[in-house]
Amino acid sequence: MKPAVPHLCAVALDKAYRKGQLRIPVLRGVDISAQEGEFISIVGQSGSGKSTLLHLMGLLDGPDVGEVRLKGDRIDNLPSGGRDRIRNQVFGFVFQSYHLLPELSLVENVLTPLLIRHSMFSYWKHRAEFREQATEIIERVGLAHRLRHRPSELSGGELQRAAIARALVADPEVLLADEPTGNLDAHTGSEIMDLLCSLNEDEGLTIIMVTHDEKIANLSQRIVRLTEGRIQELEEAA
Amino acid sequence: MYVILLAGHYLRTKYIALVSIISITLGVATMIVVNSVMSGFSCEMRDRIKGILADVIVETHSKDGTAAEDTLVLMEKVEELVGDKIDAMTPTVEIYGMMSFDVAGHPFHRPVTLVGIVPDSKNRVSPMAENLMTRQAIYKDGKLVLPPLRDPALPLNWDLTPEHLELRKDRAYEMQMREQMSIEFGSTTTVPGPIQPVSNEVDAEAASLDPFLLPASVESTDREESGSSDPFSDSADPFNAGAAAEQQDPAQPLSARVFVGAGLVTYPYRNPQTGEVEIGYLVQPGEDVNITTIKTGVPEPARFKATVADVFKSGMSEYDSTLVFCNLEELQYARGMLTGPDVSHPHDNLDWRNGQITTLQIKLKDYRDADEVVRRLRSELPSAYFAVNTWEQKQGPLLEAVKVESAILNVLLFLIIAVAGFGILGIFYMVVVEKTRDIGILKSLGASSSGVMSVFLTYGLSLGMVGAGAGVVLGLLFVHYINEIEGLLSSVMGHKVFDEEIYYFQKIPTVIDPLTVFLVAVSAIFIAVCASILPAWRAASQHPVKALRFE
Repeated sequence: MKPAVPHLCAVALDKAYRKGQLRIPVLRGVDISAQEGEFISIVGQSGSGKSTLLHLMGLLDGPDVGEVRLKGDRIDNLPSGGRDRIRNQVFGFVFQSYHLLPELSLVENVLTPLLIRHSMFSYWKHRAEFREQATEIIERVGLAHRLRHRPSELSGGELQRAAIARALVADPEVLLADEPTGNLDAHTGSEIMDLLCSLNEDEGLTIIMVTHDEKIANLSQRIVRLTEGRIQELEEAA
Repeated sequence: MYVILLAGHYLRTKYIALVSIISITLGVATMIVVNSVMSGFSCEMRDRIKGILADVIVETHSKDGTAAEDTLVLMEKVEELVGDKIDAMTPTVEIYGMMSFDVAGHPFHRPVTLVGIVPDSKNRVSPMAENLMTRQAIYKDGKLVLPPLRDPALPLNWDLTPEHLELRKDRAYEMQMREQMSIEFGSTTTVPGPIQPVSNEVDAEAASLDPFLLPASVESTDREESGSSDPFSDSADPFNAGAAAEQQDPAQPLSARVFVGAGLVTYPYRNPQTGEVEIGYLVQPGEDVNITTIKTGVPEPARFKATVADVFKSGMSEYDSTLVFCNLEELQYARGMLTGPDVSHPHDNLDWRNGQITTLQIKLKDYRDADEVVRRLRSELPSAYFAVNTWEQKQGPLLEAVKVESAILNVLLFLIIAVAGFGILGIFYMVVVEKTRDIGILKSLGASSSGVMSVFLTYGLSLGMVGAGAGVVLGLLFVHYINEIEGLLSSVMGHKVFDEEIYYFQKIPTVIDPLTVFLVAVSAIFIAVCASILPAWRAASQHPVKALRFE
């Protein structure tokens, strides 16, 4: 099975960081592609470049060499405005340390992508609709009782669920998750994974997840192993 | 939209930033207070100057004035040139002189500027009636102590109030008694002229029925004119003949009347019993003073006696301590600028229209026409003889000094706000560093660099608005309650902060200029925004990945 155009793919990505005079290569010609509705895990040691790969694919950073394509169209060389728009509309990010904005309440945090997308006027016009949308998603991740709470008043699992709700509120096509269970205990971690799996299965959301945890990775459909900036092997998950 | 939400949240949660704008608040408040008080003072001062001067002043270069026949010609010419813009005009004679009077036997001499005026038209040009003490109620600590002796709305003239006429009668009677006593007991050496108060002396001369005791001979005993070459000791002088004619009834005031500046004849003193400031009079209305000035042409002294009709207090110390207003025709007569139609009685039936004047004061219907009027008059009147100025040009240095003073103060105070701007810059930088990760989050969620920048600019703007708003409120409250605050400060510090002995005002005058308040607030906000540009730019230029990794 090989559909003509992958949903999101990286072609020969090279990325190096500079430390003074020293050039430290992180990715050396990485190719990866995700079909629509696929759930891919990128596994590797710390320092293997897996987070960098995710950032490149999510347009948080630009590659030195190579391309990132969304449905066949190159997106990594778009002007910054276009990349901002794609980040906002196509991708949903979930991070290891949740990255919620501490000043905002849970529902405001979840609404942030919509706030960013819309101008003041159009947001004001649709605010009830957006709020409903956010509440619905928060209910879905099981935090309906926490709407008005600040991030500092939530537990780790709740924070990550809130982060997922935020990633989902803007109806993304691809969910990019960077160690979503990294800061959580095994039990809470598996709850989060259940949530991700159900999103993948029920809604056909394309998910690319970075993890160092084999057990977690095994829950996905496909595992990509990354060692020292190179794809080592591709395997179907168990 | 998130821009406003986030800026609002930052505003509410970052107290350190709120602290940083206190300096802006204080700067704005101080600027408003200082500007209000300074413009209050200068407004009050302008009012007072305008109360004495006129909008436009046409004066002869020479103190000898116009040629006699030119007075009416000049007025007609002015009327013809700019009559449509003129509300009123009045002729005056201005000349330097000396005012002398005795108090308890001690002679006092004051250098003065004599201004001969026609009361009713002068009052139309510059409403000075309200500056006269008999038309003012006297207040002390906000309580009415003495109601005005006469209605302030009465037309301005040289009449004395009944109270002062009464005083004059008493003095005349007293002097008459003393004179008789000195004649009866022959005390020729122990009571010499100089010790006697001038005002009484006049009455005494008049009271004396001895025809040989001519006024001139009495006057010659006065210290200040003991010189035998004094033309006034010459009894043939027409002035003295006139003066003698008036001295039929000592209780009646002389035909020459003056309004004397308060600074010349009064002095504030602290009552040792009550500790309160009171006003002492050296000369009261109803008493007489000697006026010495110069005649036209050859600078010979001209001297006449005049009855003080009133004391005026404009509040401009420069005027109150130099000006003596006199009836125009008497001054013209004394200076030889005018004589009566009857040669044998030259002091009778004087009409200033036949005499010379030095100055024409003009009040305009609309002061904004002043420059136009001055221009027209300057071009039409012979510049060799006349100078035409607005009162502002005449008082240029003083007004300019006030302007410069307030400009410098404003610059200094604005520097305070600018310094506050650097404080904001520092604190903002800290806030941006602290928020680095949030900036990364926003960018990962699709916020543009300009969006992130505007978050912090909006934050700076709102901080500036809060700071400036609080400053405006604080400043306006301070200005509104400035006298109460002054009272409080005085009672805490134990001495008066705003001493009405030094200043002429009962209360601290303030004028709030909405435009100034607005400009101050806007510039404070502008500084706050400027101070946030650099931190905001730094925030916007953060690399999202690095920002996300920032711990």
